[in-house]
Amino acid sequence: MESKIKDMRAQVAEAIDRVGSKEELDAFWQQFLSKKGRVQELMKSLGGVAPEERPAMGKLINEFKAQVTAAYEEAAARIAQAELVRRNASEQIDITLPAKTREEGALHPITLTKNQMISVFAGMGFEIFEGPEIEDDDHNFTRLNVAKNHPARDMQDTFYITEDILLRTQTSPGQIRVMDIQKPPIKVLVPGRVFRSDSDATHSPQFHQMEGLVVDRHITLCDLQGMLDEFVKKLFGEDAKTRLRPSYFPFTEPSVEVDVSCFECGGHGCGLCKGTGWIEILGGGIVHRKVLENCGIDPHEYSGLAFGIGIERVAMLKYGINNIGLFYENDLRFLRQFKD
Amino acid sequence: MKVPFSWLKEFVDIDITAAQLEEKLFGCGFEVEELIDTGRDISGVVVGKVVACEAIPDTHLHVCQVDVAGEKPLQICCGADNVRVGGVYPVALQGATVYETAADHETVLGVATIKKGKMRGYASEGMLCSGTELGLNEDLYPGAGYCGLLELPEDAPLGADVKPLVGLDETVFDISITSNRADCQSILGIAREVAACLGKPLKMPASDYTQTDVTYPGLDITVEAPDLCPRYLGHWVRNITPGVSPAWMRRHLALCGLRSISNIVDITNYVMLEIGQPMHAFDMDTLESHRIIVRRAAQDETITTLDGKAFRLNPQNLVICDGHKPVALAGIMGGLNSEITDDTRQLLFESAKFTRDNIRRTARSLGQNTDASAHYEKGISEYTCELGMARALHLIQELGCGEITSSEFDCSAGAPREGKRFTATVSGINRILGIQVPADTVVDILRRLDFRVERDGDTLDVTAPRWREDIEIGEPDLAEEVIREYGYEHIVPTFLKDAAVTNGGLTAEQEQVDRLKRVLCAQGFYEISTLAFYADADLDALRLPEDAPERNTIRIMNPISANLTTMRSTLAPSLLKTVVENLKRGNSAGRLFEYGNIYVPKARPVTQLPWEIPHLGFALFGDGEDFFTAKGAVEALGAAFHVKFDYDRAAVSWLHPGVSASIRVGDRTVGVFGKLANEIVPTLDLPKDSKGGGSIYLGEINYAALSWLFPEALRYKPISEFPDVDRDLSLVVDESVTCGQLIETIRGKRKAVRSVELFDVYRGKQVGEGKKSMSFKIVFAPSDKALEPKELDHFIKGILYDLKAKLNAEIR
Repeated sequence: MESKIKDMRAQVAEAIDRVGSKEELDAFWQQFLSKKGRVQELMKSLGGVAPEERPAMGKLINEFKAQVTAAYEEAAARIAQAELVRRNASEQIDITLPAKTREEGALHPITLTKNQMISVFAGMGFEIFEGPEIEDDDHNFTRLNVAKNHPARDMQDTFYITEDILLRTQTSPGQIRVMDIQKPPIKVLVPGRVFRSDSDATHSPQFHQMEGLVVDRHITLCDLQGMLDEFVKKLFGEDAKTRLRPSYFPFTEPSVEVDVSCFECGGHGCGLCKGTGWIEILGGGIVHRKVLENCGIDPHEYSGLAFGIGIERVAMLKYGINNIGLFYENDLRFLRQFKD
Repeated sequence: MKVPFSWLKEFVDIDITAAQLEEKLFGCGFEVEELIDTGRDISGVVVGKVVACEAIPDTHLHVCQVDVAGEKPLQICCGADNVRVGGVYPVALQGATVYETAADHETVLGVATIKKGKMRGYASEGMLCSGTELGLNEDLYPGAGYCGLLELPEDAPLGADVKPLVGLDETVFDISITSNRADCQSILGIAREVAACLGKPLKMPASDYTQTDVTYPGLDITVEAPDLCPRYLGHWVRNITPGVSPAWMRRHLALCGLRSISNIVDITNYVMLEIGQPMHAFDMDTLESHRIIVRRAAQDETITTLDGKAFRLNPQNLVICDGHKPVALAGIMGGLNSEITDDTRQLLFESAKFTRDNIRRTARSLGQNTDASAHYEKGISEYTCELGMARALHLIQELGCGEITSSEFDCSAGAPREGKRFTATVSGINRILGIQVPADTVVDILRRLDFRVERDGDTLDVTAPRWREDIEIGEPDLAEEVIREYGYEHIVPTFLKDAAVTNGGLTAEQEQVDRLKRVLCAQGFYEISTLAFYADADLDALRLPEDAPERNTIRIMNPISANLTTMRSTLAPSLLKTVVENLKRGNSAGRLFEYGNIYVPKARPVTQLPWEIPHLGFALFGDGEDFFTAKGAVEALGAAFHVKFDYDRAAVSWLHPGVSASIRVGDRTVGVFGKLANEIVPTLDLPKDSKGGGSIYLGEINYAALSWLFPEALRYKPISEFPDVDRDLSLVVDESVTCGQLIETIRGKRKAVRSVELFDVYRGKQVGEGKKSMSFKIVFAPSDKALEPKELDHFIKGILYDLKAKLNAEIR
């Protein structure tokens, strides 16, 4: 028996070395470890051993079986590892192939710019009010101190629905609508679509404005500039500053045109600012007393400042867009550039 | 407005350069759009004297020796007929730039650089120039109109730059004037501002004259429409000697772009430019009954203006008539029938104020815009009328071209001849500005601007100049005057230092719109912005029937083009157009959305502001898009706002009847979407090889209606501690049974059913012809205790019973 085990141990050692695949491993198992395998045969042959030797022999056989099983498991692990390596190799992919994703869309640059502007002024305590796009003469002109014979009413500029109803030419009527329902302190922004019968490279019959209005006690021209300084810093960078110069709007007095220092050249003069170092960006002023009176606000107690910014104008400056028409063509190659 | 520097200097001693003045003007509110240097294209042209001149045989050319004070005379060939020995002419040296003229010697082709050359074998070292070649004409420099060499004075210094000699060193300011400053629409008006900002005295143009005792018996002027003509001055001038104007007058007119006509016409134009008062002169001998009547035109009355154009008028138009007929279109142009000619022997000058809106309306409605109407549209003060007339009469006398009679007329609606007077305070002015401008400075600035000011401590008694009709009675006007002279650089920025703190930001509704847009962006949509108006043809293109609600539109009275006549009542047309435009440009696929208002009249005729209803339009196009990708986007929207959408077959003219759905929330339909109708695809203006038309999906949602259905606020629902249980059911039904019907039936009123999802559809032999098998995963949610198998079986049994009864569905 002992010699039998010895012989078989040698055979096992030889066989296990030859095992190189799952199939050969299975064959090895069949040959030695299955119910009909040779180790089992040894067990069965224990019956022919003298009873007093049986325990010793049995122990011997069991130890041998354990050794064979260990050898088998070691081989199994070896083969599994080899298998895994093969599989990993076969599953390798070209990681530079394109990603699978759905393209995300984007906001229109006008919305993007509008949102940025709103966020700056919201931080200063401005609420946002949206008035009607189709307005009446009263709100769009008369109560804004635009007299009946003012050139701004010209049919050349205003789209009319009826004698009295028109497409708002500015977001300024929002001032009136706010002051009709709210008393000072007022800080409000009125963004929105406006219309003028004008169309060329710098004019579109429809564009967007953002009106700003502050009404409180002791509002001055200094406040207008201080606030706009903050605004241009947030929008165009910490170095940006503003310059006021005289202008004329019927609903502000004094009226100013506001220029921002050229963010392209830092004010030294370049193509963008036409060599002046300044870029015209908005109009504003101290709210005309008649406008306050028209809204039942006592101009002796309160004063206000107002400004109006062209959103397309800001977007064109910010993004370097040279034709206002691009905003309304909605070419995807244009729109794709404004992912924020 | 064009302002020649030299003309300005007649009124103010200006001791700074044009560029410095430009900056000053800018600071006080007058933007110089362009500084025009009249000799900007001319260089290297000097004075030369022909010292020898020989004809080149068989040609019209001469070869000349020209002394330009150089080492030796230059040899120059010349073809002009007036070249002669001893003549002094402009000489363009080698490298000089002058204007190149066409064969007619008048038409300027461009700027040429002079090079050494040879003509007929003779070397030519420059060019003798004509006036045209220097950019001159007869008005700018006498003699420059001659179609040959420009003769310079005999004593002109040889070799000197010719430009100052012929007035090509002039600078013309092109200034933009804000519409409130009508008083600055003249050389004098700008001169006043210049004098004020430089602190120099203003030298007024002479306006004195002597009139003879002669009067015209029976001559009469009546203003029948004082509402449109508040002031009308007339003056009879006789013994007219028509002729040519003096050089200085012609030059000033020419620098401002006006051509000299004759002394009388030139005087009217000169006064318009200089004083800002449009003047008119009638030939007295053409005025029937020797009368002037200013009245509204009769309906269909006609007039032919100086330029030969005939107009049919109505009572909205103001006319100047003689005893019988219109002789001028008031404030716009004179009539052909009373024109000043070389035969005119006596005339009637008109200097008037017409109301600006009436002139504007007439000029616009007749399409007749003139320099005069432009002035009237901006506004003329009565002061200007008076000064204009006096200046015109002075010029008649100065030019010695007529006798100023005593027949003068002044029709007035009675406006005061005083400037507006009011009180203000220095502290009030400073409160607006936010800085402390010293009281003396305030007074000084206002006085420089011709305000009369009496100061008593803080209080100012102010009288505005008569020509400043823009000044209303208040401190803000004065604050503006003060700060534009004092300088905006004195403003010290403060950040709303006295204002109350307010809580800003978007409202919940505004934030929701932002979120809507972000949800769509996440679904791959790009936001677009289109015009809020279109044409009825765009509605036709959608095949909308005449009685469709979208046909109830608001129309623009004065559209900018025939394509933009109607306020939009749906977003679909502009979306479709944007898709088509993108396809045409080779953008073969994409997703687009627009959030914007549609406009619906409250009643007809439109008497009140219409409804403005925010809509959401969306489009998906290109390979990979189908009804279900569109539906996926709609579902994502619903999920984002916690609304459950149900779908019904849609019936809209612009969508495929079989591949479109209306979107319903409960019993409210909020929108539609689906495939573009087959009938519309071939009408799209797509390139022939484009396949894009076959996969366009459009949708439109009434956002206002939808947002009403958003749940008010998110509320937490307790999570069951017991797990969900699911069951799969495969059902065989007729083809006509829809997935939606099956799901609705499975749900029934069973609260335990959390979700029903289709996971397989099978058609084939095993289920039979006309049948299909649909497999669903049904998820049951437990409530307060775990779901028992018995309970589940009970649910399933009930579901199967309903399915069989309602839809004849069998379990497979």
